[in-house]
Amino acid sequence: MALINFINAAILAGTPLLLATLGEILTEKSGQLNLGVEGMMYMGAIASLAAAWYSEQYLAPGAIAAVIATVFAFLAGALGALIYAFLTITLRANQNVTGLTLSIFGTGFAKFFGEILSKKAGGYITCAEPTKAAFAKLDLGGLSELPVLGKLIFSYNFLVYLAFSAALLLALFFRKTRVGLKLRAVGEDPAAADASAIAVIRYKYLATVIGGGLCGLGGMYMSMVNQKGIWVPECVSGYGWLAVALVIFATWSPLRAIYCAIIFGALTILSLYLQIPGLDLQLYGMLPYLVTIFVLIFTSIKQKREFMMPKSCGVNYFREER
Amino acid sequence: MNNNRRLRWQLVKRRPLSQAKVLLLYLLAIFTALLLGALLLLAIGHNPLIVYKQILTGSLATPTAFKETIKITIPLLLCGIAVAISFKLKFWNIGAEGQILFGATAAMIAPIYLPNLPSTLKLILMAVLAIVAGGLYALIPAFFKVRWGTNETLFTLMLNYIALQLLRFLQYQETWQDIGTKFPKIRPLGDSEVLPRLFGVQIGWVIALVLAVFFYIYLKRSKHGFEIAIVGDSINTAKYSGMNVKTIIMRTIFISGAVSGLVGYLNVAGTDYALTESTAGGVGFMAITVAWLAALNPLGMIPVAFGLSILQKGSLSIQSTLGIPASAANLLSGLILFSVLGSEFFRNYQLRLRRNTETGSSGKGDFKAETEHLPYQKEARDGLN
Repeated sequence: MALINFINAAILAGTPLLLATLGEILTEKSGQLNLGVEGMMYMGAIASLAAAWYSEQYLAPGAIAAVIATVFAFLAGALGALIYAFLTITLRANQNVTGLTLSIFGTGFAKFFGEILSKKAGGYITCAEPTKAAFAKLDLGGLSELPVLGKLIFSYNFLVYLAFSAALLLALFFRKTRVGLKLRAVGEDPAAADASAIAVIRYKYLATVIGGGLCGLGGMYMSMVNQKGIWVPECVSGYGWLAVALVIFATWSPLRAIYCAIIFGALTILSLYLQIPGLDLQLYGMLPYLVTIFVLIFTSIKQKREFMMPKSCGVNYFREER
Repeated sequence: MNNNRRLRWQLVKRRPLSQAKVLLLYLLAIFTALLLGALLLLAIGHNPLIVYKQILTGSLATPTAFKETIKITIPLLLCGIAVAISFKLKFWNIGAEGQILFGATAAMIAPIYLPNLPSTLKLILMAVLAIVAGGLYALIPAFFKVRWGTNETLFTLMLNYIALQLLRFLQYQETWQDIGTKFPKIRPLGDSEVLPRLFGVQIGWVIALVLAVFFYIYLKRSKHGFEIAIVGDSINTAKYSGMNVKTIIMRTIFISGAVSGLVGYLNVAGTDYALTESTAGGVGFMAITVAWLAALNPLGMIPVAFGLSILQKGSLSIQSTLGIPASAANLLSGLILFSVLGSEFFRNYQLRLRRNTETGSSGKGDFKAETEHLPYQKEARDGLN
């Protein structure tokens, strides 16, 4: 039973990572290396909280507020990605630096508006109970009562199911659809894709912006689920960067991203379930980052062709300079 | 034939701009960012002119405020140099934050384990420890980068969190913890363990200025600087001309980390007089902005770092006087960098309005347009190299 509880907690902890990882996979498949995941997650985190809070004031708390929050989280992440896309795709700015700037900007953006909103709400922002309930475990009736399976499959909030479906859909999209194939072509060799009449610029924009929206949803998870609808200025705390690393770990595959995200979710909560005598809590905190480093080293040593980054990733495409 | 002619925007490569025009474009970009910031301030119900004025007066008007601004400039300038050294190699070191913390932690070894050393000796030992530790901490990802091509961006970033966790761990250890407290807090420095001041600001500002000049010469005029430029531009060229690329990368990244380590030392022994979780305080990330805004030129970083420090110190003052969150500094500097990044495009390209057929069927005209800007294109490329 302890093991099932642990897996349940790992999936809950891994979901924001999964959402952001999927977003970044989609982005990188189009050849754009967006290092702004942390920033986009922060933007999604504050936008969703603000949207929920305002809808509570003017509409009603509960499911409606949750839906509006979700929409705004997506839009905020997409807005961050749009800035990045405009600078790197249209204005051909350096992708690394633009992404890093987006991370700095997004973090500042969230903290700035978080404080302004807290002041407006009289000290600190917190969502009403019905809204919190909308982000809590879904009520699936008898299903959640099933032995083992109930806890393992039917006891999550709606974002977990959303994230898992997004992973499956993305996998199908890349492998089975024409548009997915074209997108991969853009990421591998934009010049060749351009020559075969694929609208390279449009593909890059759409993939980057939708990817950013997914990162925004990941950010919403941090503020609405992990912090239970209370604004905590440090709420994303490096998860965006872990997601960028997870893309490499998952070798750009949405399906592998699922178990990679669960493993990392497990690492972040391990200290609550497994106390190793003599190992301090602070050293435990290093674990996800240490494992990321090992994964980075391991994947770089064992380079396989199918496990490689899309070929043009990080390089801007200049049609005139083919 | 399609005679449906219409006006179209066309992108054309332009001749390299004169220095004055580049500067003008740059200032225009900053102005645009400040304008966007002003709109944002208006939207939240503040008069942007009053806010901007308060940022300036709050950071420059009184001697105390001015000294505080200089205090912020020192780490930003030095760390900007550190970041720029590695960016020149296209080694995306975003672990300056961790290198600062690790260097600062190493510096504390001297006062904690050798408390009886004479003051000067202790301060020198602290500096050496910080510099070496910062360099070694940066060397780890560099080693894996040259050996297996491991992604350095994420590696250096993960090391930030590990350095922070190490510090958190040490805060609870008996030898490191402040005596007589149960709080996770490292013993602060005594009077004999802090750096002297010059004109009321810690001596670090002299070190920062000297190093800015030194690294300007190092990157522009020395053999090492030449090697860095070649490796950064094209690893193959460097290899074919017989350079030892691996050594160059490792050496350069060690220097980059060492400068960050020095920042950690100056922050602990010169500014805070204690090692805390906020010793690095986002300097490592802001340094990326500094480095890029100065086009990786150490001398250019002096005004850039000072300008961003005005923004940071000024933001603290708008928080206390106008109630606007201090994180406005990060927001604004993000906008400035976005704007400058975007403006770089207009250094190389210009938009031209021209008549053209919709389907481009008049081959002759198109051909002419092509040949017209070809020579510029070549020049612009030469200008980049």
